[in-house]
Amino acid sequence: MMKGIIGKKLGMTQIFLEDGTRVPVTVVQAGPCYVVQKKTAETDGYSAIQVGFESVASSTANKPELGHCTKSGQGVFRYLREFRLATASEMSVGDSITVDQFSPDDLIDVTGTSIGKGFQGVIKRWNFKGGRASHGSRFHRAPGSIGASATPSRVFKNKKMPGQMGNCKVTVQRLKVVRVDAADNLLLIKGAVPGHKNSIVMIKQSVKA
Amino acid sequence: MNTIDFLEFEQMKKNIVPFKVGDTVKVHVKIVEGDKQRIQAYQGVVIARQNGGVRETFTVRKISNGIGVERMFPLHSPSIENIEIMVRGHVRRAKLYYLRKLRGKAARIREKKYVPVAK
Repeated sequence: MMKGIIGKKLGMTQIFLEDGTRVPVTVVQAGPCYVVQKKTAETDGYSAIQVGFESVASSTANKPELGHCTKSGQGVFRYLREFRLATASEMSVGDSITVDQFSPDDLIDVTGTSIGKGFQGVIKRWNFKGGRASHGSRFHRAPGSIGASATPSRVFKNKKMPGQMGNCKVTVQRLKVVRVDAADNLLLIKGAVPGHKNSIVMIKQSVKA
Repeated sequence: MNTIDFLEFEQMKKNIVPFKVGDTVKVHVKIVEGDKQRIQAYQGVVIARQNGGVRETFTVRKISNGIGVERMFPLHSPSIENIEIMVRGHVRRAKLYYLRKLRGKAARIREKKYVPVAK
């Protein structure tokens, strides 16, 4: 069974290990999640479980949401996410998923939405050098030449240019679980995870574990 | 109290000796060599305290064999066994970085004559 859970990033701090080393950790409030729907190869073309996280009052949901979520018998959820599985899951609708499945030193992949930076130039977005500020320089933060002339008489694909930065799906692989707090549903993950505080992250067993 | 504050509060030591910048302290540090553990003392003048809750650190400067040595300790680290105040110093700065430029007699710190007793 693949490990996976939905969580909310609470922020970063540091913790001391017994030998006195300090470890930077991201605190994630993960679960409890509930299986809302099972997708199978026969009915949907692929195997997955749909998981709900963070219960809300049923009055906030519209009728389709209400009907879909109440099948699990666990109320209505603010967030629904899918976990793809290689084979059909042995879990059934309504089952709970908690942080208990993880243990310290597990390697995990964390997926989230990175912090949006808006429309940014090439210096911030692609770490271009830029020109000098003074001494008559008229080249400051512009991207410069974006290619040659008659050959190839076009700009190459994937040329690094100004544009939207951040606010896109990012996965960080091979992060280590430092501590699991089952009582408070907390996961302490070594290092940074994508997204701002209170953003939703999906935590899975690492594909490179 | 939010979760992160609570996690930090949990790790903070509750009975820290109230030493100040300018004091001469002896820091007892746990050192692990293989599977043996021993305590090493490091004595010097506190020249800075960087506040920051559980991240608070302090810098201790001493002259070792004629060479100035500064060591920064995380105040709440479990590897710090104990902090002893040897001499209370009278200083008028929060950071004593000027001591780095001084040596010998000039680098002395006046001893505090009157230390109010905590009730």
